Amino acid sequence: MNRRTLAALGHATGLLGMVIIGQLVGLVMLVAVLLSFLLGLVFVLPSAVRLTRATTGAQRRLAARWSGVTIDEPYRPAPPPPRPQRDGWYRDGRNLYKTPRVPAFNRRLTWMVNDPATWRDLAYLMLNPWAGGLIVALPVLLVAAGLPMLLDGNMLGLLPAVIAVATAPVVIPWSLRAHGQIAHGLLAPTEKARLAQRVSHLARTRIDAVDSQAAELRRIERDLHDGAQARLVAIGMTIGAAEQLVDTDPAAAKALLAKASEASATALRELRQVVRGIHPPVLAERGLGDAVRALALDTPLTAHVTVDLPVRPDAPVESAAYFAISELLTNTVKHGGATEVWIDISHQGTTLRATVTDDGQGGADPERGTGLQGIERRLAAFDGVLALNSPIGGPTTAVLELTRALDSVVPPLARWKSTTLGVCWGLCWLPMIPQGFVAMVMKLTGAPEKSWFLALHMPEALQWPTIVGMIILGGGMLATAVTLTNQAKRDKVDR
Amino acid sequence: MSVVIAEDLHLLREGLVALLQAHGFKVVAAVESGPDLLAALLRERPDVAVVDVRLPPTFTDEGLQAALEARRRIPGLPVLVLSQHVEQLYARELLADGSGGVGYLLKDRVFNAGQFIDAVRRVAEGGTAMDPEVIAKLLARNARNEPIGRLTPREREVLELMAEGRSNAAIGQRLFLSDSAVGKHTANIFAKLGLAPSDDDNRRVLAVLAFLNGKQAP
Repeated sequence: MNRRTLAALGHATGLLGMVIIGQLVGLVMLVAVLLSFLLGLVFVLPSAVRLTRATTGAQRRLAARWSGVTIDEPYRPAPPPPRPQRDGWYRDGRNLYKTPRVPAFNRRLTWMVNDPATWRDLAYLMLNPWAGGLIVALPVLLVAAGLPMLLDGNMLGLLPAVIAVATAPVVIPWSLRAHGQIAHGLLAPTEKARLAQRVSHLARTRIDAVDSQAAELRRIERDLHDGAQARLVAIGMTIGAAEQLVDTDPAAAKALLAKASEASATALRELRQVVRGIHPPVLAERGLGDAVRALALDTPLTAHVTVDLPVRPDAPVESAAYFAISELLTNTVKHGGATEVWIDISHQGTTLRATVTDDGQGGADPERGTGLQGIERRLAAFDGVLALNSPIGGPTTAVLELTRALDSVVPPLARWKSTTLGVCWGLCWLPMIPQGFVAMVMKLTGAPEKSWFLALHMPEALQWPTIVGMIILGGGMLATAVTLTNQAKRDKVDR
Repeated sequence: MSVVIAEDLHLLREGLVALLQAHGFKVVAAVESGPDLLAALLRERPDVAVVDVRLPPTFTDEGLQAALEARRRIPGLPVLVLSQHVEQLYARELLADGSGGVGYLLKDRVFNAGQFIDAVRRVAEGGTAMDPEVIAKLLARNARNEPIGRLTPREREVLELMAEGRSNAAIGQRLFLSDSAVGKHTANIFAKLGLAPSDDDNRRVLAVLAFLNGKQAP
């Protein structure tokens, strides 16, 4: 037995222990359920459910670590805490409460009882000894089977133990995997739970997206109102004043006009700033790569930019990625104490990935900065994520990923391929059906008509070979067409 | 002096035509789209072209691309690019061939007719006209670098104006300095930056811009 088998044996034993603990927890849960539903002692249920979830949670982690089976959490999101009404009371159904304790408890209870995952957990804990438990206990059971014989002095009792040891390298890893699969059956989220989680995630990100959109609009409105709009009013007034003065005091009028022209330049500068905040011109004109290069040119740091994007992402995605990178760069300049920064934009399939690394002192914490949270919210609207690694002392690396950001690139089919494809699809029926099968029927029935069937015009000896040849030719063309089409489809999927 | 104008906004185009004609330029073509611009430039081979960056049909950097393409085909074709916003990235692309005769200005600069016409003339003569905003960003980025940090405030001012493409005489006028004083400052700047001095205004400006741009390749 090598070390791996020994480790697997250890894991199997561990799992067996978990099965037994699980069985006990399951019994506790069962008792709690009976108490709460038969005797109305509902207050025991939440603790029991928490215990159950802790146990199955441990099993999920073990399944991932020892069995190589990843099992996601299946639970519905916890209910939000109750909010007081205007008068400070808490409403729960038709009752009012002074403190949030009872409504919060009721909400949690409903949440736990209504979640099918709670009952699937219980079922798993109760049933697992008879499924996964038996499997991981197999070697132990084998040895145990031989014990009575051995105790009777019969040496044949050693046989099961020998078999157990001999088959261990194969059986034990297999039993671990099998246990993981069985656990997956009951502990993984059902399709319905998965969709429910997805829906709640989407609802949350949608609210965030709408909120941040509204905040953006408010900011733009404020910028325009306080900036360009106010300046234009001032310019109008200045020009009006100049108009009145132009006859009586040309010199003063001239000075006023100069002021107006200066104010218009300022207004333009402010408008440019606003436009940059909405959608930077370079981004619109050149796309993400050059926009980030332009950003890099404007930072006081030494920036190295590498971009590998086959196509331009959709405008909203591009904009989200741009502003995220821009914010990361700003953070680097402000807090990082960095002198150099590396920005790498790449793609993997349809995923867009951008990495911003600096040589600063690190210690960035997403919990503290509102900027980073803003980035995360902005990206979440596109199912994007931000991962930040910033140990104290640096370097800081931020990775943002936007899945499905890029359309899959369909490489244009080579010319000969598309021609062949067209000819094969278009003409394969011709040799196969009229020249092949129909001619064959004609030949078999001995019809006198020769029509345009090539084979029938041939000398007798060549007629059958021609018919067969035609069918093979038609079939070959059809096969080629199908193969090429599939190949093109596969290319499309691969990208 | 013949000039080709490319600008998609009707009012602004007419305004530019009137302005340039009033200052003795001959407007040989005033177009409003990228492909038209390229065709006009190659057909007319004007003394200078005044081009808006964003043009139909794509409303991206159509004008800039057409201007760069025309300069590839007719090396040294003077082009003054106008834009609502200036980007160092575009300035670099215009300067990349190192042959001069390029300008890159904000559209606002048209307000000051005198300076704008001066810039057009400078570009037509093979000089450069860079927007003060581009130069300011360029210098800000270089501020931490050794040689730039060692310049005196006055020398920085001179450098700024020089990078915008102005001649010694113009710099002297702007800063109320005598020609010899400006000459002394430029000599000092070139010595501190480690550049070979040159009497040719245009070549000098290009050297300075290349120095500022070359410091940090993205």
